[in-house]
Amino acid sequence: MTSTRLDIAKIRQDFPLLSREVNGKSLVYLDNGATAQKPRQVIDVISHYYELENANVHRGVHFLSQLATDRFEAAREKVKTFINAPHLHEVIFTRGTTEAINLVAHSFSKAFLQAGDEILISAMEHHSNIVPWQMACEDRGAKLKVIPYNSQGELILSEYQKLLTPKVKLVSVTHISNALGTINPVKEMIRLAHEKEIPVLIDGAQAAPHLKIDVQDLDADFYCFSGHKVFGPTGIGVLYGKEKWLNAMPPYHGGGEMIKTVSFEKTTYNELPHKFEAGTPDISGVIGLGAAIDYITDLGVEEIGKWEHELLLYATEKLTQIPGLKIIGTAKEKASVVSFIVEGIHPYDLGVIVDKMGVAIRTGHHCAQPIMDHFGIPGTARASFAFYNTFEDIDRLVEAVKKAVAMLS
Amino acid sequence: MSIALKEQEIIDEFGMFSDWTEKYEYLIDLGKELPLIDPKYKVPENLIKGCQSQVWLHAEKTGDKVVFTADSDAIITKGIVGLLIRVLSNQTPSDIINNPLRFIDQIGLKEHLSPTRSNGLVSMVKQMKMYALAFNEAQ
Repeated sequence: MTSTRLDIAKIRQDFPLLSREVNGKSLVYLDNGATAQKPRQVIDVISHYYELENANVHRGVHFLSQLATDRFEAAREKVKTFINAPHLHEVIFTRGTTEAINLVAHSFSKAFLQAGDEILISAMEHHSNIVPWQMACEDRGAKLKVIPYNSQGELILSEYQKLLTPKVKLVSVTHISNALGTINPVKEMIRLAHEKEIPVLIDGAQAAPHLKIDVQDLDADFYCFSGHKVFGPTGIGVLYGKEKWLNAMPPYHGGGEMIKTVSFEKTTYNELPHKFEAGTPDISGVIGLGAAIDYITDLGVEEIGKWEHELLLYATEKLTQIPGLKIIGTAKEKASVVSFIVEGIHPYDLGVIVDKMGVAIRTGHHCAQPIMDHFGIPGTARASFAFYNTFEDIDRLVEAVKKAVAMLS
Repeated sequence: MSIALKEQEIIDEFGMFSDWTEKYEYLIDLGKELPLIDPKYKVPENLIKGCQSQVWLHAEKTGDKVVFTADSDAIITKGIVGLLIRVLSNQTPSDIINNPLRFIDQIGLKEHLSPTRSNGLVSMVKQMKMYALAFNEAQ
């Protein structure tokens, strides 16, 4: 029935949380778009770090500080390989995608954004890729312009091209929409922007767990993603930036680590990557992220993508058989995310009943209020799959949704 | 009827349910009853927006009592709104201000009043108490 080479049953055993119960039922975890579960391999690496390797990095002379630094920088190397970044110093660690975008919004704007300029984002962005730009535009007297999408949730490239005027200083767009599941043609969008010499930031928060990321192939100027969505710990994320941009941008946060020399008269800043990594970093987070990258690289990102696509097709087929159910986000190119509404039923009510049956989905606006306003709905119910989900998980979801619909109609 | 008696009535009603399905079916039925608020009061000033669902709340002083009417766009939220109105409406401001609403916990619905739910209920309860405070100051 399936062509996957992944041994899903064996993989599931790596994830302790998947075998717990919720509301007296075995857990069906379908909220991976919000955060992913962690394999034992990642949990153990973090515990091991705190038990045997914990020390501050970059500053010390003693054995443990050297060991911690080696582990830390080895993880940076893993991230570089994971996204095929050309230079190690172009990999900046942040708290997550949100902080990465805020960093660029703040520092890029300071260097390059003037009154009357424009920043271009899409209408399907997560609030993290809207609000920092609104704040930057307000601060600099610039304007925010928005690329529209069609009724299937696909960006309209002809409109995008019209919006690429000489006033645009940066385009910031999501690789995969968390609310709609749409995979955007970012490589093409970057090419079009570069024809006008406009740099592009890609929000890869939802993409990093599902696609092979190659920042050189995309020719992305900035690319960011979160550790906790790629099966790593919370509190860690990555900003990749081309050195030509990062070198031209002022620091974001000030403090230790990001300096070269400090005096009360003048302070000089450190080189990349440390210029943008002020203070003690999330050392265990970085090392845990490295372990997570090892884990999914071993499984094979292409294999993961193929299995998830099977899940998407199965879920779409089964859910659309439910009378009154409508899928929101029907792009031709989609990741394993299914957002849906059922006629006459509020997504909150649906989510509450489905939760009672042990199935974890997310309801509401998914930090994408503009999308919900566009479709004229209060929110959606969203099931987002990872490689450890199964057809049985989807059967449980469908059963739970049917029960909820019966109770709420 | 005093708040304490009304709460006890609800606790007794919910005590009859043997599983979550019965409890939620009852809540859904409560939610489906006729709207609890006059449509003319469903205005932006009375709207409490949550991330998950929305609530409208209207308050009036009648004699020495505060009368609440409310509605929600989600049925389960509306069912709980109905229970809160049943307990807190038609009571004096000081009774409303001082009530800890322990009955919600006792009927196993505390999760719906958790701030993380963001369904508008926590804000609605806060707003009800603020109305009571305001009416209290005014008298």
